[in-house]
Amino acid sequence: MNRYERMFAGLTTAGRVAFVPFTVLGFPDLVRSEAWIEAMIASGADALELGIPFSDPLADGPTIQRAMAAALDAGVSPDDCLRLVDRIRQRHPELPIGLLMYANLVWARGPARFFSACAASGVDSVLIADVPLDESDEFLHQARSAGVGQVFLCPPNIDERRMKLLAERGFGYTYLLSRAGVTGSEVAAGSPVAAIVARLRELGAPPPLLGFGISRPEQVAAAAKEGAAGVICGSKVIELMLAEPNDLEAVSSRLGTFVRSMVSASKFSPS
Amino acid sequence: MTRLPAYFGNYGGRFVPEILIPALEQLETAFIEAQADPAFRSEFQRLLEEYAGRPTPLTECRNLARGTASRLFLKREDLLHGGAHKTNQVLGQGLLAKRMGKTEVIAETGAGQHGVACALACALLGLKCRVYMGAKDVERQSPNVFRMKLLGATVIPVSSGSATLKDACNEALRDWSASYERAHYLLGTAAGPHPYPTLVKEFQRMIGDESRRQILARTGSLPDAVIACVGGGSNAIGMFTAFVADANVELVGVEAGGLGLDSGKHGATLQAGRPGIFFGMKSRLMQDGAGQVEESHSLSAGLDFPSVGPEHAYLQDIGRAHYVPITDEVAVAGLAELARSEGIIAALESAHAVAYALERMRRDPSRSEMLLVNLSGRGDKDIFTVDGYLREQQASQEPGGPRP
Repeated sequence: MNRYERMFAGLTTAGRVAFVPFTVLGFPDLVRSEAWIEAMIASGADALELGIPFSDPLADGPTIQRAMAAALDAGVSPDDCLRLVDRIRQRHPELPIGLLMYANLVWARGPARFFSACAASGVDSVLIADVPLDESDEFLHQARSAGVGQVFLCPPNIDERRMKLLAERGFGYTYLLSRAGVTGSEVAAGSPVAAIVARLRELGAPPPLLGFGISRPEQVAAAAKEGAAGVICGSKVIELMLAEPNDLEAVSSRLGTFVRSMVSASKFSPS
Repeated sequence: MTRLPAYFGNYGGRFVPEILIPALEQLETAFIEAQADPAFRSEFQRLLEEYAGRPTPLTECRNLARGTASRLFLKREDLLHGGAHKTNQVLGQGLLAKRMGKTEVIAETGAGQHGVACALACALLGLKCRVYMGAKDVERQSPNVFRMKLLGATVIPVSSGSATLKDACNEALRDWSASYERAHYLLGTAAGPHPYPTLVKEFQRMIGDESRRQILARTGSLPDAVIACVGGGSNAIGMFTAFVADANVELVGVEAGGLGLDSGKHGATLQAGRPGIFFGMKSRLMQDGAGQVEESHSLSAGLDFPSVGPEHAYLQDIGRAHYVPITDEVAVAGLAELARSEGIIAALESAHAVAYALERMRRDPSRSEMLLVNLSGRGDKDIFTVDGYLREQQASQEPGGPRP
């Protein structure tokens, strides 16, 4: 079993779904980023989804764009980010850690070298936001040889052919989009996803985590009810960091409160 | 899986979030069906002739080639309705949008020429149009902003990133990923995810097809070199395509040399960029060592783009076309000379191609060559930029250096 499988098995036993916070590595700088990630882990985050800052994040809304731009302005490089991941991995050997990437950062280093570096830093999975299933061959091959899995986006408009491809190629979890558009808490999660969830399960795809527009505890409960295996929450996390970025302690405590509220909403309600 | 080839050699593809794949597939299907539909083709042709003013003339320069043995021909896309070649493909995509039942159009624009073309096509065809434009470009291309608004389009300034064309491109794709059901993304150049590079080329190829017929009729032979400026690359690919099979015709793309290639401030992607993935495609890309996209520089907003259409990267790799830089300074001088000698005010973008042709003719005045330049747009939009540039230049050349 890999770390995701062990996490999902443990959650099933505990009667919960996963709460996975997302943040931008190195935002607003490496020190605060590390402290705040640790605060979220200490408050019960089940896994992490972490973005390496990119100049042109076209799948992201204004909040995450701003965080990525700030990290780049602070001089954060992809290597800095991987070293940060490595430190987190040393302290949390069981925590599933996924990276959210844009293709050019992978391509610029060469997929083989990039994925080996990920593996060396203890990364479990990589999702490349602008590499759709039909373009994923080369990346997938290199990732697998390096021992890193690939996570794929499952949008509400996916068709049967691509759902099958996703079931075949996906590793760890399936990033289920609650709605169209880009990341951000401005537009709340949308349409019921129960039908897609059911079909993904029949096809044997990795368990779905619901993302895009998730910012409130009641959405975690709703996602569990729809059959999702958990939620991913990014823009809301960044908003909490943006509120008072210079007060490290205040943000840590606010993140802790938020993560605990989301985790406590993650219990199954037996129906 | 795509129905048409998505790659030109190693370049092209569809590097967009999964959510946009169905919209790209719908567009590809609509394009294939429309191309096979005589009614679509004749409506497109009718609009090109009766509305946009095709065919555009081929003008032989009377004065510029003096003192050389060469002949210089200009394909006059500047005379097309809207003031640039952009109108051609916008009419094609506008008709496709209608065919797909879309009611809204999203566009990105740099110089504003594509935005204006979109706005006029949408006014004509009854589509609702919104145009993303870098905040910096909104400032330096204000005449085109007024024109777009007058034509009923909404102009949305983009201040993220470098606040230029690349950021407008990102923003247009972000919008489309939420609005694809009712909106068509009317991409403005032969770049971006498949099928745009192919589709835009097909809707621009009449530039080269007409030119080839015109120059053969006029002179009885093909040109020695065909020259066009390259930002995203739509006017160049529209011009080159008709000549690609003519092995003796040299194809030259002229990129934005900006302040010079050594300065790092330029838009010469094909000469200084590395293969990368950006704006939905694999192509040449200006980027740093880590893969962060770099900002390009050009006095000409339409060439101020850090990547390029994938087919140009391919034509360069196989050696069928080659690409050269022309600096801001040389382009402005070319613009001024064309204006004074031939009575034509070219767009700054097109002036890059003209300036290269002038350099080439004068390098060896005794060499007899027939050069065909695509004059892709007119320069009304640039008069303030050029005026400001010339004033600054004059000031810095006066004794005592630049005035405060």
